[in-house]
Amino acid sequence: MENEHSEKHHAVGYGTYVLIWLVLVGLTVTTVSISGINLGNIALAVALLIAAMKSAFVINIFMHIKFEDKIFKVFIAVALMTLLSVFVLTAFDVFFR
Amino acid sequence: MSENTGTMPYISFLHAESKHKGIFKWILSTDHKRIGIMYMMGMLGFLLVGITFGFLMKLEMLTPGKTLMDAQTYNALFTLHGVIMIFLFIIPGLSAVFGNFMLPIQIGARDVAFPRLNLLSWWLYVIGGILAISSLFLQGGPIDTGWTFYVPYSLRTGTNVSLPLFAAFILGFSSILTGINFVTTVHRLRAPGMDFFKMPLFVWAVYSTAWIQVIATPVIGITIILVIVERIFSLGIFDPALGGDPLLFQHLFWIYSHPAVYIMILPAMGAVSEIIPTFAKRTIFGYKAIAYSSLAIAFIGYFVWAHHMFTSGISDTSRFIFSLLTFLVAIPSGVKVFNWVATLYKGSITPGVPLLFVMMFIFLFSIGGLTGLVLGSLATDVHLTDTYFVVAHFHYVMFGGTVMIFFASLHYWLPKMFGRMYNEKVARWSVGLIFVGFNMLYFTMFILGYEGQPRRYWDYLPQFQTLHVISTVGSWILISGILLMIGNLHRGMKRGPLAGNNPWGGKTLEWTIPSPPPVHNFDEIPVITHGPYNYGDEEVK
Amino acid sequence: MSETITHNQMEHIHTEHVHRDDFGAKIGMWLFLFTELLLFGGLFLLYMAYRLQYSHEFHIGARELNIGIGTFNTIILLTSSMTMALSIAAMQRSRKGLSLFLLASTIALAFGFLVNKFFEWSAKFGHGLYPGSETLLGKPRGEYLFYGMYYAMTGLHAIHVIIGMIILTFMFVFIVRNSITSTNYIKLENSGLYWHLVDLIWIFLFPLFYLMR
Repeated sequence: MENEHSEKHHAVGYGTYVLIWLVLVGLTVTTVSISGINLGNIALAVALLIAAMKSAFVINIFMHIKFEDKIFKVFIAVALMTLLSVFVLTAFDVFFR
Repeated sequence: MSENTGTMPYISFLHAESKHKGIFKWILSTDHKRIGIMYMMGMLGFLLVGITFGFLMKLEMLTPGKTLMDAQTYNALFTLHGVIMIFLFIIPGLSAVFGNFMLPIQIGARDVAFPRLNLLSWWLYVIGGILAISSLFLQGGPIDTGWTFYVPYSLRTGTNVSLPLFAAFILGFSSILTGINFVTTVHRLRAPGMDFFKMPLFVWAVYSTAWIQVIATPVIGITIILVIVERIFSLGIFDPALGGDPLLFQHLFWIYSHPAVYIMILPAMGAVSEIIPTFAKRTIFGYKAIAYSSLAIAFIGYFVWAHHMFTSGISDTSRFIFSLLTFLVAIPSGVKVFNWVATLYKGSITPGVPLLFVMMFIFLFSIGGLTGLVLGSLATDVHLTDTYFVVAHFHYVMFGGTVMIFFASLHYWLPKMFGRMYNEKVARWSVGLIFVGFNMLYFTMFILGYEGQPRRYWDYLPQFQTLHVISTVGSWILISGILLMIGNLHRGMKRGPLAGNNPWGGKTLEWTIPSPPPVHNFDEIPVITHGPYNYGDEEVK
Repeated sequence: MSETITHNQMEHIHTEHVHRDDFGAKIGMWLFLFTELLLFGGLFLLYMAYRLQYSHEFHIGARELNIGIGTFNTIILLTSSMTMALSIAAMQRSRKGLSLFLLASTIALAFGFLVNKFFEWSAKFGHGLYPGSETLLGKPRGEYLFYGMYYAMTGLHAIHVIIGMIILTFMFVFIVRNSITSTNYIKLENSGLYWHLVDLIWIFLFPLFYLMR
């Protein structure tokens, strides 16, 4: 069977994890500082954008998705697209009611 | 009689010994075949309970006013009929019984990917069932909200709501674990050479279903938890008195419960795609179209939930969008029906009992599907919503669809599961009784609903009585047909003639191994070189 | 690849399937993570709807939350995520002691998160800000809902932190007993995935509740 996938382990170095952690802490500090400024309507968008960047780092590096088989990326895309569609379709009700 | 020749003596999964004794040989077994059979037993038990409640409800409706119970009992009965039939019978459905039993065999595997998780699913199913039933006898009395648990009534009613809701949560967990198991099994344990497009269509259907189980069920999980928490701590989330929005409960509820309809029907459609080629002795017509349509139904089915809410006060924009999306689901469903009929065309058809059930399915499901379009249109829905028309539509699709194929599969796979055959003549009689009883019981409901009989009412106007009486008599005929069928299957399972390895001339992998299957299914894992329904050679002759 | 295995069935009746498939286990774990994602997804959906309906009240409610504790807890969780990843990396390199140390740090950080959460919630309760309280019932409905959502979402998240701690404690025992080794560490890896998910959820909860003032 297709066991060759599991044999291939991309071992990420300690340094990479520490570096990513520094980036994540940096982004947290950024988003907290930005929240002090009154950005009006785009405040939510900016905060969510930063949160999305942080999750991208966690998913790709900490959770190894960058180094995994393609099937995992397809699965994640399916799950996220479904979630997004549900949000959009519900918004059609709550926005226009 | 003993057709079981040609193979070496072996130990079938039914008789295998393990480190456990007595009943523990079964209830602690991680063998996917035993788990499938245990699901079957549990589900048939709950089916009989659900049928009893349905029978009592129809008996109550024999005359206007009180016939044999008061209104509160009736409210509890329709709720429990719904909860038991939906959460304990058709949601596990074909997937839990025949998915468990046949899916690993059909892809040439010895078991599912996580056998112990599989056993856990069954235990959660049993625990959920026990909780649901025990809630009947506990303080507060049986739940009376309807199986949809709509807020704010489910927050206010004094009946015992939290326990059946928690039971539904546990059952959801069971369903999720089954889904995770099947997706992983299909990705990891296919026999060498079996690529996705050599898989039997039943596997495709169960695979698509498993995805819905994984992606949709958690949404009902959180909804249920919120209702329970709301009842205890009044967070306000669904309570209009505290600012909450009950319509959001309906959104979340149907975000799961509409895809759940496809959890129920898709494996049934998969089983139809197995039975038709076998009994028509033809390669399935449009293999890829049927395979993709399963995925398409699973996908589109996720995005149509608000058509349950057309009259609840959601925005016009969303009503328009959801009505449109609803019509789109008819396309992949239609693709399937046309391909099945095209497979039968010029086939060498043996009218065995499974095929009779399938023909009945196509007839009843088409009526259910077409009346679905009536309900999916905004204008007609306003007139028909919350009437018997909806009840009839739902039973035509779910009972006429899923349950008929559940019955068909019982007949189709019984010789494989137990190595013995049912009595053909008795089976034909039961098919006839079920068909007549079903249509008397539910077709009258279309007319009643169209004339304005609301659903879930304990009483009705005298002018509706004739149709109600026809319907009630139909329920008696239907139930006798089902009991006859179960009796016949039970007798066949115990004492029927030996069936042999391949009584129907099927081509998928389960027919290549002995009946009942050996513990590890295959002595040698087969190497797959062709599609699942290669009747090609025979067609040439 | 496609070797055919002949089995003597009699021998196999007493043995469970011991065929090991790390890749399959990881697929199963990710599918489970999707269910967690959708579980929280339902709550985020409610958040979206109510925020839209009561945006002003949500802003006022958010001002009551302590941004300092929130930020501190965010950094704690991010750090625990890093120690988790490092613990797996140490296990891959056969450094059992280091892996145990990092795993213990992860559990300790998770505990620290809960302690902070406890003080944060107690402070709110002290101010009478809990569901059903007189103070909260006297406030506009939007603010009542803000706290409803706040307690529901951070509460469910806290339950996940507790479950994560229990799982990680089991992993600690498994490493000590050598049932997780440098060649067989899929259990540790999957527990790590779960822990990162707990972190991911918080990454979104934090700005939605604490920073929207």
